[in-house]
Amino acid sequence: MSAVYIARATTVAARALAGEMMIMSAKDSTLFTLNPVGTVIWQAADGRTPLADIVQQKICAEFDVEPAEALKDAETFVGNLANHGILLVSDEPIAVVKPPAGASQ
Amino acid sequence: MGQLATTTSQQLIIDIGNIPVAVRTDSPKFLRMLENRYSGFLNADAQPVFEFDVELVCVDKISDSEDVAVHFEQGMWLIERGDLRTEFDPATHRGRIVLSANPYSIDSALRILHSLLLAREGGLLVHAAGAVRNGKAFLFAGVSGAGKTTISRLAPPDVALLTDEISYLRRNGHGYIAHGTPFAGELAKVGENIQAPLAALFLLRQAPENKIQPVSEGEALRAVMESILFFAHDSELVNQVFESACDLVRQVPVFRLSFVPDHRVWELIV
Repeated sequence: MSAVYIARATTVAARALAGEMMIMSAKDSTLFTLNPVGTVIWQAADGRTPLADIVQQKICAEFDVEPAEALKDAETFVGNLANHGILLVSDEPIAVVKPPAGASQ
Repeated sequence: MGQLATTTSQQLIIDIGNIPVAVRTDSPKFLRMLENRYSGFLNADAQPVFEFDVELVCVDKISDSEDVAVHFEQGMWLIERGDLRTEFDPATHRGRIVLSANPYSIDSALRILHSLLLAREGGLLVHAAGAVRNGKAFLFAGVSGAGKTTISRLAPPDVALLTDEISYLRRNGHGYIAHGTPFAGELAKVGENIQAPLAALFLLRQAPENKIQPVSEGEALRAVMESILFFAHDSELVNQVFESACDLVRQVPVFRLSFVPDHRVWELIV
């Protein structure tokens, strides 16, 4: 199975408010609030780190979850955000042109 | 303010939120309707930021678009809804409005226009009642039925109503100024053409007792985003509106206001 790479869409606006990561999908004007696991995935979506590594190194290290289950949930989460144009998904590393909105907040 | 702003060219300058917009028409009857509807917001001396020629048509259906559609194409903003079509050039600050001669259509055209103008500068149109008390502005946001008209109707005499339906916010340094609007809701009463610094935003909920509770920034943002009037399918502006909403909930206190629909609720708003 090939690696999956994810990157934050550069056209998306995101803000961390009181610990909650809020993301605006300009594509359909939908506001997303990420839970702590989703926030970790979002912040780690640099286009270079495979999703499986993010899950293993970040999610499983910080949260009490089974690796296989965590990866499955992460894939569902990523697919959902990709459908809204918030995350880019590829089987190759993704070049991020612009610093992601909200990444430092 | 309040001065009749007609000229021989049949032009009115409607000044909402200190953003004057000139509206020209060949129809004396339509002009009189505008004078009556926006009487507190006419300003003949203002330099208009935008100028519009109004073309009145006799058909009810002008566009096939039932919902509001707002697009930016080839340098022009295009606004379409079943009962109106507007196009304007942000470079020349001129445009044209085609609509039937009813007050709701021109009201909608102005709301959409102002939502676009405000978005660029970090301001917002919010589906909220607004009022000024002791020199401070308070907003009351909520979906239809939450109590915007009710709390407006219950306001005591020392309270000046900005609107019972659509609040107009412009940035002022690190804060916001709330302006009165002629955009009325069920109260059918035009707001006062005044302005004041925004002191608090309340999320309305009718309840068995009066209570003010703090809300998290996340909850506040979700509620504010649901209440913002913005129609353009333009990712840059949508993101700008989102950033403005984030700034608003960080800079202005937001509370949940549960209230019994009687006059005592105003004892909490000072």
